[in-house]
Amino acid sequence: MSEIQAESQALEGTHFLDLERERPTRGRSVLRRLLTNPQGAVCLTFLLVVVLVGLASPWVAPVGPRVTNLNAVNAPPFSPGHLLGADASGRDILSRLMWGTRETVLACVIVLVISVALGVTTGLVAGFYRGRFEAVADFVSDVVMSLPGIVLLIALYALTGPNILAAMAVFGLIIAPSYFRLVRSIVVGVRNELYVDAAKVVGLSDARIIGRHVLWAVRAPVIIQSSFVLAAGIGIQAGVTFLGLGDPAKPSWGIVLQESFNNIYNNRPGVLWPALLITLTILALVLLGNVLRDVLQSSAHSSTLPARRRRELTARARDEALPMPSPEVVLSIRGLRIGYPAGDEGVREVVKGVDLDVRRGEIHGLVGESGSGKSQIAFSTLGILPKEALILGGSILLNGTDLVASKDAMQRARGRRIAYVPQEPMSNLDPSFTIGAQLTYGLRAVKKVSKQHAKRDLLALLSRVGIKDPERVFRLYPHEISGGMAQRVLICGAVAADPDVIVADEPTTALDVTVQAEVLELLRELDEERGLAMILVTHNLGVVADICDTVSVMKDGQIVERSNVESLFESPARAYTQDLLSSSRRVELMEV
Amino acid sequence: MLGALKKVVRAVAVLLVVTFVSFVLMFGNGPGIARAVLGTQATEADVHTKMVQLGLDQPLLVQYGKWLGGLVTGDLGRSFFSGQTVASALATRVPVTLALVVLTLVLTAVVSVLVGVAAAVYGGWIDRVVQLLAVMGAAIPGFIVAIVLVFAFAIAVRLFPATGYVSPDQSVSGWLASITLPVLALLVGSVASAAAQFRGAVLDTLSRDFVRTLRARGISERLVIFRHVLRTAGGPGLTVLSLQTLALLGGAIFIEQVFALPGLGQLGVASAQQGDVPIVMGSVLVIIVFVLVVNLLGDLANVALNPKARTR
Repeated sequence: MSEIQAESQALEGTHFLDLERERPTRGRSVLRRLLTNPQGAVCLTFLLVVVLVGLASPWVAPVGPRVTNLNAVNAPPFSPGHLLGADASGRDILSRLMWGTRETVLACVIVLVISVALGVTTGLVAGFYRGRFEAVADFVSDVVMSLPGIVLLIALYALTGPNILAAMAVFGLIIAPSYFRLVRSIVVGVRNELYVDAAKVVGLSDARIIGRHVLWAVRAPVIIQSSFVLAAGIGIQAGVTFLGLGDPAKPSWGIVLQESFNNIYNNRPGVLWPALLITLTILALVLLGNVLRDVLQSSAHSSTLPARRRRELTARARDEALPMPSPEVVLSIRGLRIGYPAGDEGVREVVKGVDLDVRRGEIHGLVGESGSGKSQIAFSTLGILPKEALILGGSILLNGTDLVASKDAMQRARGRRIAYVPQEPMSNLDPSFTIGAQLTYGLRAVKKVSKQHAKRDLLALLSRVGIKDPERVFRLYPHEISGGMAQRVLICGAVAADPDVIVADEPTTALDVTVQAEVLELLRELDEERGLAMILVTHNLGVVADICDTVSVMKDGQIVERSNVESLFESPARAYTQDLLSSSRRVELMEV
Repeated sequence: MLGALKKVVRAVAVLLVVTFVSFVLMFGNGPGIARAVLGTQATEADVHTKMVQLGLDQPLLVQYGKWLGGLVTGDLGRSFFSGQTVASALATRVPVTLALVVLTLVLTAVVSVLVGVAAAVYGGWIDRVVQLLAVMGAAIPGFIVAIVLVFAFAIAVRLFPATGYVSPDQSVSGWLASITLPVLALLVGSVASAAAQFRGAVLDTLSRDFVRTLRARGISERLVIFRHVLRTAGGPGLTVLSLQTLALLGGAIFIEQVFALPGLGQLGVASAQQGDVPIVMGSVLVIIVFVLVVNLLGDLANVALNPKARTR
């Protein structure tokens, strides 16, 4: 069973390697970071002690592995001369475990050499040259991975008899695919990177490229994977001998375990020592692998704040005094500050005290370049900020109720009084449910209506938002409709419960140009028909000019200018707005 | 439909490849097998006669062909020692292993979904504890867990029998008692790996855009998770479970040894030690068929869960 687990560990490794492929930190600093990490230092020390004591057993072991002492049969632990007791034949358990370490080390070397040699080479070749070799190697590795390896080891026993070295060699073959997959996926990525292209152009041979550039990239992942493979190897070696497929003449951890287990009624604690040794060694290897992963690929860590610090920061936000709500304003944001964890207990503010009012029937554009914090404001009005985000202060008043202060108020308002139209239509529909099912679920979550009633309303609304055959679309899955249709469906879902406010986050950015105009037109019509207040987040000043009444320009988490759309385009007050306008004109000119 | 057919063809190909490799491994040493049957006293001439009698003198390919021919008609040969047919030897063993694996699988599914979802949704210290336990649980070999369980619950405290198997038609409570510790021993490792992977699948799904939109629509967090997130995470979850089934089949071999359960693994190991290759071959065959069936079922279930794959 362990080879499959080693594989899953490996896949986990590949997963984040694909996300961010960082050059590993070099040489000495790695070792220092490994040793300064308490977990790493403990695991490494334990493994070193076990290996050194094992290799030195001819000198340090109390007696030889086969020395019997009939007076000490089943001696309990801590008896004189037998620190861990003796077995059914009166042999010293401590000495046998020390001598047995040599078998384990040998087994580890065999497994590692064979699996790395085979897996890494085939992975390099398959990833670098692709083609038929990759297809065949892939099939073989799939087949090998899909079998419990122990079955083959049992079959092997029929051929070789008790030969643990042959068994470990075969296990090396069985586990090689875990290296193959790991290395192949990395090489495929590296191959397409610029520096390999550059090396080719310069005229380096394939061997040089693989040796210099590609091997460098796979080095760290292979080291990490090796600690998991070694753990699996130790488990399988002990397991095979425990099954009775080992050589009883050779002391090994598995043999000691098997003998003491068979003798458990006569010497109870005897079974604990080999079990403990095997377990601790495997754990040390696996935990060391995890530490190595952290040290060699440190970028994989996202910073999170301790819960205590989080509470502290958000509690401070609540203590701030509420400003006066203005009566004709539907949605009023006051002094909103949003931050993300950065470094130790630090917080980076991405929205730095923003005030914003939206009135009934008003479409308010929120513009700025990416990273200016405009989407953060949109998300915070709906309580859908990412988990790690913190609201550091301010309030969001919807018809006078503060949504920041009360989670319940937010949950009651969401979907009912304030609704959301997302940016990317296709990824915002649940792929597992039909359009009809998810629209109905959404509507009935906020409005007490019967299924039939909901369906009737939604069908009418779907045709209002411009869907030709609503009955048919109702039965379709998201992957069966176009992006433009999906955005109409999402708009339908947003307005179905008759909200007062709609927050649209770049609602046309992902759409074709022709569809963009139609969707904007639809949003304006709905706004007029229903007297909605709308916040339209966009980076596109053309969209603002098209449908917005008022506009706020954001930069670095602050609103730098706020005015009517006409006056903004005629006489921008701030230098930044002028820059934004002129650069967007340049883009338009280029697009034409 | 074509996809399903392709998968079946592929499964048959894998079956042929793997049985051939196992067959060559097991029957490769003809004289050795005959000597094992006859005992160490046998002369060269005895060995030769026995080889002819058992058909071991023929080329390996011919022997494999005959075995395959027998497989089609349901005849897997006879034990070299007892003369019992392989099929009848397997018939009493398969239900034991199957019960062990299926019971563990069902419990794994329930427990690891709960634990994985809790870790992903709540985060914080629950998540850290789950992750640490998952690393440890997945790393420790099942037979060590089994030995510790025997030590704790069968010898130190006599709650369950240490060894032996009671068939459910004799006594249901006896059966439950005899299978509790073996199932627990298998469960530790399989829950540990499956929960960690479920956690990952749920976290992946939670970060998808549509989850944000569902929340914004006012659907309660509980419904978002149980109706929508779990449905999407179910696909990778099924893959995890089918992988776990393979791990359980391998693990069961060790566990049966610890608890002296008369299952497939114990039969295979005992026959391998004895040199009774037809029985080992039969056990290997049954395990491989299990593996292939589980993979096929996993694929089919995935298609059923994923509308995109269904309409294709």
